[in-house]
Amino acid sequence: MPDRLSVRKTYKLYIGGAFPRSESGRSYPVADPKGNFVANASQASRKDVRDAVVAARKAFGGWSARTAYNRAQILYRVAEMLEGRRAQFVDELRQAGASKSQAAAETDAAVDRWVWYAGWADKLAAVTGSANPVSGPFFNFSTPEPTGVVAVLAPDSPLLGLVSTVAPAIVSGNTAVVVASEPAPLAAVTLAEVLATSDLPGGVVNILTGRRAELAPWLASHLDVNAIDLTGVADDQEKALREAAAENLKRVLRTAPGGWDAVPGTERMTAFLEVKTVWHPMGI
Amino acid sequence: MPVADFGDAGVVSTETLNGVAELRAFLRGLPGVDEVGASERAARLATRSIKTSAKAEAIDLAISMVDLTTLEGADTAGKVRALCAKAAHPDPADASVPRVAAVCVYPDMVDVAVRALDGTGIGVASVATAFPSGRAPLAAKLADTRAAVEAGAAEIDMVIDRGAFLSGDLGKVFDEIAAVKDACGAAHLKVILETGELATLDNVRRASWLAMRAGADFIKTSTGKVAPAATLPVTLVMLEAVRDHRAATGRQVGVKPAGGIRTTKDAVKYLVLVNETAGPDWLSPEWFRLGASSVLNDLLMQRRKLATGAYPGPDYFTLD
Repeated sequence: MPDRLSVRKTYKLYIGGAFPRSESGRSYPVADPKGNFVANASQASRKDVRDAVVAARKAFGGWSARTAYNRAQILYRVAEMLEGRRAQFVDELRQAGASKSQAAAETDAAVDRWVWYAGWADKLAAVTGSANPVSGPFFNFSTPEPTGVVAVLAPDSPLLGLVSTVAPAIVSGNTAVVVASEPAPLAAVTLAEVLATSDLPGGVVNILTGRRAELAPWLASHLDVNAIDLTGVADDQEKALREAAAENLKRVLRTAPGGWDAVPGTERMTAFLEVKTVWHPMGI
Repeated sequence: MPVADFGDAGVVSTETLNGVAELRAFLRGLPGVDEVGASERAARLATRSIKTSAKAEAIDLAISMVDLTTLEGADTAGKVRALCAKAAHPDPADASVPRVAAVCVYPDMVDVAVRALDGTGIGVASVATAFPSGRAPLAAKLADTRAAVEAGAAEIDMVIDRGAFLSGDLGKVFDEIAAVKDACGAAHLKVILETGELATLDNVRRASWLAMRAGADFIKTSTGKVAPAATLPVTLVMLEAVRDHRAATGRQVGVKPAGGIRTTKDAVKYLVLVNETAGPDWLSPEWFRLGASSVLNDLLMQRRKLATGAYPGPDYFTLD
């Protein structure tokens, strides 16, 4: 009896809760470390960037207005779904070149990292906010607020690097446009499927695959993007991207190479926060 | 047929109406519209690629055709004045942006808009005749129209009586349009067909001809209060009607799609449709208008994208 023909997945983009192909119709071959063909991934264009930013902006109002407790629940749900697809992620990481034990370890670490950040949703305000002593009959509070749309240029680590840059950006109420790892984008598309089935509203995370050097300048110069995470870009591009980002005073985060997989602190979350201070008259 | 036989464009139609029977026979005699063909043709034209310098020209042309509109129950004099300021200087940071064609408001706001636009050369258009439903006695509709014209409106957007049209009382619709045209005096009359309620493209074609024969200076798709508002196939049929009407009578009538036009891409599709259907004679604010408000910000953003090379954000344009 002939072998059954396998049904292979078309790896597409994730924009506004849907899985479109690139507007440009382009794709690029993804290979394993030995150079063997694995799959074709969509090669996003600047117009996909534009669409993704529009989707992220549209989702920002609803996502940032949710209670921190609800955001935590949703992010924890994402971790549950990640766990449920553990075998698939392990397979995809092995295709990207990891050994069996490395792939299992990275997947576990990614789930744990996601849970760790999910727990921060309702604690950030307590840790980074403050009640300020002022000279007058006022309560004076500073509370953290999400900054808006965050562009994330994820590092090459296919899953842990992605999770470690996306989760801290959205946990505080920001929405994100993510450019996934260029050589190993497949796990990112699978992560998009996890996000799409986890009650995360469409548009909160938008994932593009393609040439980082082509997409990064459009995100850096986009005036409707409020912050940019340059963790995944090459050193020789950093200066130009920082200059483009300065046009509308984007918050820029760039951690040292490899820094993303260190034991996380709050830096990646606080980098994309603004502070709102309110003066409230005291009762008599 | 020579133009001279029909007098000046803009004057009440000099065509003699031999009673309702002739009108009915004429409208029934219009060829039917191939709905699938019209949709296909509109969709085909919408795929035209307009880029770089052609796009820059299209954007400026589209801006100059916008009837900047606010028709809300919550309108205030302040909001109308803000809109007028935007009409005169759509992008305050860039003086090369053309001004819009007109500002469209409810009749009681005409006075405010006229004063705010004094000296800018921008006309004030006013909806009238119990907009948007049109369900009011004729005397009230005429009073509504006269009040708007007296307050200084240069253009009147009237609605037809869709109930009468759909029940076949074409004479009533015709007489109302003619009476309102008379009440307009020197003001231009735009006749809103409310195509979303006319059900078929055949009806759109008949209503277009009915309005043109009754003296309309412009035919307009929709009030914007009914879905679907303007669509490409409906506008295609109306553009064919004005083209054929000019060929038959020599009198040119304008077209105004309104409602549902939100992006630059939408606006450019309409411009392509005009050029390919009615012809370049209609590609000016005098003969083609876009009834919209949100599209202006998108046009301005696209304009700035072409100028600076970076995508702009809505934070840098007015909320209205």
